Amino acid sequence: MSVIQPGALLPLVPVGADSPAEQAAASRDDGAVSGSVHSWDLSTGVDGPGTRFVCFLAGCPLACLYCHNPDTMQMRNGQRTTADEVVEEARKYVAFIRASGGGFTISGGEPLLQPDFAGEVLRRVHDELGLHTALDTSGFLGARASDRLLESVDLVLLDIKSWDRELYLRLTGQQLEPTLAFARRLAALRKEVWVRFVLVPGLTDPEENVEGVAAFAASLGNVTRVDVLPFHKLGAAKWAELGKKFTLADTPTPTAAQVAEARSIFASHGLNAV
Amino acid sequence: MTTQQQRSLRSSWDGFRGGLWRDEINVRDFIQQNYTPYEGDASFLAGPTERTTAVWKKITDLFPEERAKGVLDVSYDVPSTITAHPPGWIDRDKDLIVGLQTDAPLKRAIMPYGGWRMVAGALKTYGYPVSPELEKVFTEYRKTHNAGVFDAYTPDIRAARKAGIVTGLPDAYGRGRIIGDYRRVPLYGVDRLIAAKEEEKASLDAMPRDPDRLEEVIREREEVSEQIRALGELKTMAASYGHDVSGPASTGREAIQWLYFAYLAAVKEQNGAAMSLGRTSTFVDVYLQRDIDAGVLDESQAQELVDDFIIKLRIVRFLRTPEYDELFSGDPTWVTESIGGIGSDGRTLVTRTSFRYLQTLYNLGPAPEPNMTVFWSPALPQGFKDFCAQVSIDTSSLQYESDELMRPRFGDDTAIACCVSAMEVGKQMQFFGARVNLAKTLLYAINGGRDEKSGAQVGPATGAITAETLDYDEVVGRLDQQMEWLAETYVHALNVIHYMHDKYAYERLEMALHDRDIRRTMACGIAGLSVAADSLSAIKYARVTPVRDETGLVVDYRTEGEFPAYGNNDERPDAIAVWLVEEFMRKVRRHPTYRGAEHTQSVLTITSNVVYGKKTGNTPDGRRAGEPFSPGANPMNGRDTHGYVASALSVAKLPYEQAEDGVSLTNTITPDALGRTPEDRVRNLAGVLDGFVTCQGFHMNVNVLNRDTLVDAMEHPEKYPQLTVRVSGYAVNFVRLTREQQLDVLSRTFHGSL
Repeated sequence: MSVIQPGALLPLVPVGADSPAEQAAASRDDGAVSGSVHSWDLSTGVDGPGTRFVCFLAGCPLACLYCHNPDTMQMRNGQRTTADEVVEEARKYVAFIRASGGGFTISGGEPLLQPDFAGEVLRRVHDELGLHTALDTSGFLGARASDRLLESVDLVLLDIKSWDRELYLRLTGQQLEPTLAFARRLAALRKEVWVRFVLVPGLTDPEENVEGVAAFAASLGNVTRVDVLPFHKLGAAKWAELGKKFTLADTPTPTAAQVAEARSIFASHGLNAV
Repeated sequence: MTTQQQRSLRSSWDGFRGGLWRDEINVRDFIQQNYTPYEGDASFLAGPTERTTAVWKKITDLFPEERAKGVLDVSYDVPSTITAHPPGWIDRDKDLIVGLQTDAPLKRAIMPYGGWRMVAGALKTYGYPVSPELEKVFTEYRKTHNAGVFDAYTPDIRAARKAGIVTGLPDAYGRGRIIGDYRRVPLYGVDRLIAAKEEEKASLDAMPRDPDRLEEVIREREEVSEQIRALGELKTMAASYGHDVSGPASTGREAIQWLYFAYLAAVKEQNGAAMSLGRTSTFVDVYLQRDIDAGVLDESQAQELVDDFIIKLRIVRFLRTPEYDELFSGDPTWVTESIGGIGSDGRTLVTRTSFRYLQTLYNLGPAPEPNMTVFWSPALPQGFKDFCAQVSIDTSSLQYESDELMRPRFGDDTAIACCVSAMEVGKQMQFFGARVNLAKTLLYAINGGRDEKSGAQVGPATGAITAETLDYDEVVGRLDQQMEWLAETYVHALNVIHYMHDKYAYERLEMALHDRDIRRTMACGIAGLSVAADSLSAIKYARVTPVRDETGLVVDYRTEGEFPAYGNNDERPDAIAVWLVEEFMRKVRRHPTYRGAEHTQSVLTITSNVVYGKKTGNTPDGRRAGEPFSPGANPMNGRDTHGYVASALSVAKLPYEQAEDGVSLTNTITPDALGRTPEDRVRNLAGVLDGFVTCQGFHMNVNVLNRDTLVDAMEHPEKYPQLTVRVSGYAVNFVRLTREQQLDVLSRTFHGSL
């Protein structure tokens, strides 16, 4: 016996399509755009401003060593869900979110792995529900975000995980360059961006690495805030559950002084770092 | 009124505006005509003076001994009355606001009118002698409330009470939940109030022609006479401290002092389950502001007066038995003070003194009492919203109730009694009715009225359900029958209780500070709502197979498959919870009430959810026998899986009009679940409260704390003498909870975020 878990209120159809091509093919079903959704949640102050309905899509092209949601890495771990279903669930919270000053965040996983679905959900939440929208992304698949999709986004939460290219590759298994290109495109569109930077002692914390991200972010002109997120190990249990090795099990969480030091580097570039 | 009285009124009222309140007893009109709304922020506030810190330290130094012994001291041979004890002080030279319940701080009094057994039991527990003379008086010569109730209880009521399907009834202790309009004493002085009561009494002089009114009029004449007597005693008590309260207060300090004397008289006379203060901050502000404008008081002095008043409210104590403390958790007094809100004319009722009251939580540190209750509206000034959110984050010592739901129903001079019970001050009272156990009622439906623990036939013998798996419609049909019986038995019990309470333990002083004609409510209540709703959801959406013992009694359930749980803003289980609330209210309304009281109900358990859980067997939702219920209207621990907002919106669906005595929600949040910076957290918490009230939510306790803090406090209580946690309607000292209750608080959903 069990109580239904997050996301399970949506139909319980497994999604097997993991490659973008298959995903694109699978995303139109009976005319309704659908995608692979891991879960949804209401959160306050951690996924953009205020209290937000956060929709986590399943599947991510990156494999970050410190990922705290490794259960969202595989698209097959999600549930096939139509944009309608997501919008209807979010609709229940419109009055609350308007009064509390929050919005809707599409997160993951990597939402741009399912650009049609993400775009449809964002468009309807933005235009129909009239909510503030945020796109939480690593930017690696930024090229897939159409201008139309970005028109439905009020704020981009952009993870820049490292400035050092080699370290980025080691951390995520992918290249940094697409993220930077996406950041420049958002700057050209004058789209508001919050940069997020996870501080991992012994990995992302060298001064020149932080300095590189900070200088780049400051050069863009559309970055209104930088979240310096202290690495934590609360996702370790999820790695174990998935039968995967959490390689940072012995990495310490940063001290308050280390976090303050990183924030001061961002601040020295005139950025609002918190 | 004598010429002298009139002269004294004139000088005390110097500078005040308006006329209506001068001609009749009308505190609301006085406030409306004279208060100064404050729209600014908290930057004007003053810290504690050296004097305040020194006086408070004298009290906190006594806490370890009180905690270790259970009580610090007891005045064991003097039944408390308004005038029974000689004056006492914390520090005679330093007290600004004077008056104690007995002759020494934290020394408790005995109040036998509620019941002698409770007094004797408490004295024995704490090692004090039980006076044989008093025992003789209160068992042979003077009947008590408790004795009266048991003379009139029916066998059915006794059986329901014994089984724990009806619990916590105020049949052995003071009912409380009555708020005297203590503000009347500073505004008018006692002589004017007595004169008004004499007029009321005279209006009852004519012998009624209607035979049905005969008893009523005689009772009212006796009651008003008692009220007048109590007011006289209030003057005598104040005089023992060197104050003459026959006339109105002339200064801010006098206003607070007179107000406190009035409240003190009430807590010398009554050991009520909740002895709430009312809505006093904006009233007091008029006086403090007048002194500040006149240049005779500065901010620090104003704060110091408020601080000293709050110290007195923090040390109100009653002598109770450990079983009572287990039921209510800790040692509560519910000195509830209602703060903020919006007036009917759209101006905020927030004043600088509203801020000053909250500031005591910094100047004196966090504390459960007085039970600071903020009347929240999205229309409150941002500065006040931010300060409330800040205080919640720093102290977890505030609860919030929707001004938007209360104002249209009760007006803008409403206060909360206890945790969530709204009443118009001085014009309305309630007959407190504790609550029934709905989860157990569901088990009775399945077992044909037999108790799942004892096997005894308690409810009506409707026949046990014999089907192999439970059918939703069949269970609901049986539940309807058991609820029908329960509602009748319950209202019957409450009628008996309040008849006897009026007769043997009448609240003379509190009622003296009410109008003659008042609105009365019969405050019923339900517990175990989420367990009952989830169990019904399991029966409806999963497959529930009863497990029977050799006598055919269902003692457990095998539940296969998934079912949606209340607390996720999912219509399926939430509709079941709404139905339970509406249906029980409908059934309660069918039964006549003592003194024509209007039926209401609450969804509130305080922390008695632990005790109720203990008395309830296994339930179809998978909850094991003895496991605590969730508090109030909260979803079951851990089943609300989409965060506290989804959980709060499920609770907000419970219709206030079917639960006008209040719907309670406790939220425990770690600071990082409110935002990443201190400024974000303040703004976001204020936003959450705006959202909740906008979505028809009624009440929210907000605990902002770390799990680590609580674990450490369990291991090292001496380090956290003031750690406050809010549970279902009021705050408690965490370290004074039993270990079981502490574990319950810990196991409640910590709405953290990753």
